[in-house]
Amino acid sequence: MSTLDKLITNCLRRGIVTRSIEAKEYELLGAELKGLINRRFARSFNIREVDTGSCGACEAEIIAANNPLYDISRFGVNFVASPRHADALLVTGPVSKNMVLALKKTYEAMPEPKFVISCGDCAFDGGVFLNSYYVEGGISKVLPVAFHIPGCPPTPLEIIKKLLTVLNKL
Amino acid sequence: MEKFLTDLETNYKLKSIKQLKNHDNEFYVEVAAAQFNAYCLALHKTFISTVMTMFAEEQKDHFIIYCGFAAEKMAAWIFVVLKVDKNKPEFPSIARQIYAANLFEREMREMFGLEPTGNPDGRRLRLHDEVWPEGNFPLRKDFGKEKDKALGEYRFSKVDGEGIFEVPVGPVHAGIIGPGHFRFSVAGEPIINLEIRLGFTHRGIEKLLEGKTVNEAVKLSEAVSGVSSVAHSWAFCQAAEKICGIKVPRSANYTRAIYLELERMYNHLAAIGGIALDVGFSQPAALAAIIKEALHQLNEKLTGSRFLKGTNVIGGAAKKISSEEEKLIWGTFSSLAKDFAELKEMLSGSVSFLDRVDTTGWLRKKSAEDFGVLGLSGRASGINFDLRQGFMPPYDDLDFKIATATTGDVLARLNLRLEEFAASISIIKKLLNSLSAETILAAKIENRAGFGLGVVEGARGPVLYWVSLNKSGKIERCKIVDPSFRSWQGLSYAVLDNIIPDFPVCNKSFDLSYAGNDL
Repeated sequence: MSTLDKLITNCLRRGIVTRSIEAKEYELLGAELKGLINRRFARSFNIREVDTGSCGACEAEIIAANNPLYDISRFGVNFVASPRHADALLVTGPVSKNMVLALKKTYEAMPEPKFVISCGDCAFDGGVFLNSYYVEGGISKVLPVAFHIPGCPPTPLEIIKKLLTVLNKL
Repeated sequence: MEKFLTDLETNYKLKSIKQLKNHDNEFYVEVAAAQFNAYCLALHKTFISTVMTMFAEEQKDHFIIYCGFAAEKMAAWIFVVLKVDKNKPEFPSIARQIYAANLFEREMREMFGLEPTGNPDGRRLRLHDEVWPEGNFPLRKDFGKEKDKALGEYRFSKVDGEGIFEVPVGPVHAGIIGPGHFRFSVAGEPIINLEIRLGFTHRGIEKLLEGKTVNEAVKLSEAVSGVSSVAHSWAFCQAAEKICGIKVPRSANYTRAIYLELERMYNHLAAIGGIALDVGFSQPAALAAIIKEALHQLNEKLTGSRFLKGTNVIGGAAKKISSEEEKLIWGTFSSLAKDFAELKEMLSGSVSFLDRVDTTGWLRKKSAEDFGVLGLSGRASGINFDLRQGFMPPYDDLDFKIATATTGDVLARLNLRLEEFAASISIIKKLLNSLSAETILAAKIENRAGFGLGVVEGARGPVLYWVSLNKSGKIERCKIVDPSFRSWQGLSYAVLDNIIPDFPVCNKSFDLSYAGNDL
């Protein structure tokens, strides 16, 4: 059997993996989120992610939200490569001094209307890194933050839950 | 060990001022400034080990510089110690002879204002010139508020010539990933120079740790690199336990090792999936993500954290693995075995994929040795060094083989990850089988003053914590070395002669941590 044949048979055998998540709540939330994005964002809500000094766990969870099981993009949430394509900025980390300029520039590069979501406990107020000589202590010290996703790190389920409430409030 | 040091001194005509033995396997040799260079070089020549760690500590009237080597055959650590006068804060640089010391020396210069005389590179690593004025040394005890002085600018090394152009990338990248700046110099397609500027996630953790009690500090050590939280917190706990004279129960070490291997497994999967994705082979990447998610869910059920945070406490492990949880682990492993076999088959069965990874990102053994690249990337280049052999107690009871390769390309690192993933499963099985009902927490915990080293072989390589506690049990100084710190330089050499589109796959094959490097 060639590689291609194998891939196709594997796909057929495996079926749709997104359904196999134990939290049934996720699918319901996702459907609601999709409806909201269809109405308010013409079917696609684009996010640009910036790390300003996180430990890397938040990034791993945001990547997990994009894995084949959670597959957040099927609800219309896309993580885009350029701030020019983004509706919202998702920022993690307590803002290291070295990242202030890059963060501001990324925000400025986004077209209006735009808003900022901070993600993870240290993005809120510095978290465990509070009082360090090198952190600003939260995204809100640098940019206007519209919403915050709490957690250290927030799980993919928590991310989608919070996104839903965020978009509901807009 | 004492005999070894005497022999070394006669063979190389060296002289030490004082020798001190600390916690069974740490030896501190104090030398005069004139001997520092020669002593370090003699140790470097004797062991496979490179400069494992090098750092400064401030005392009342002088600085102390430590340069640590691993004596792998004796399972011991040797530190060359040099006292530096505060009025003349400089020491002889060893970077010209031992290149692996270069970054450590630059680090001491920016953090303590200690000048390594003879080091050709005076640029700062983490405190960027554009935002941090010269003359502010955060790790000095008298550092209060940052003093207002002129800001500077970072100089990238420049490659000149006809048709050569520069491609700057970062610190904000296209993907969901940490920040770093990559400056490529290319002639046509091939990369002829890559300079990596990091430090964008610097949070001042070493300073934050000062003055904290050991219990408070464990949480912070987990946040050094969020995807290596077990390795970091274990290394910290180990150092603190050594100082406080706590004997960790056998079962606690076994439990910690189980979590460490679980951490290694999900990290390796992230890298395997990333390698496949970065050459556009998305199906194995998706499969790797599915297996990785299963492991995160297992972690959550076992410890309440998908990243195994909160598992290590001073004195042992926070939670026992119950028999139901043991069944859960067996169940997860048996269900992912089929997926993993499929993943392996997919990767090795595709000729066009192998063509992309074979001989790509070649890191020669000599380069890896010079930079001090250890851990998985070092083993892929033929450096047979793993702290699990001899340096970490629970692994001594196990019979297992460390996988190595010699080619040092992306394929070698990929295959090693696949092998280590399978090895971790069998290690966990062995550990689970010999877990007993005994306690997992040391009974009495009392504070003591002193210093000590904690070491753990994490997913990326050796994680080292050197901790010094004062009389009230607070941290005086804590030096953290994440394996990424040295390995990033290995990456900048491995990509040479490759084309820029192959950089992502080279990068992912090393799978280094931004946060761990930047501290």
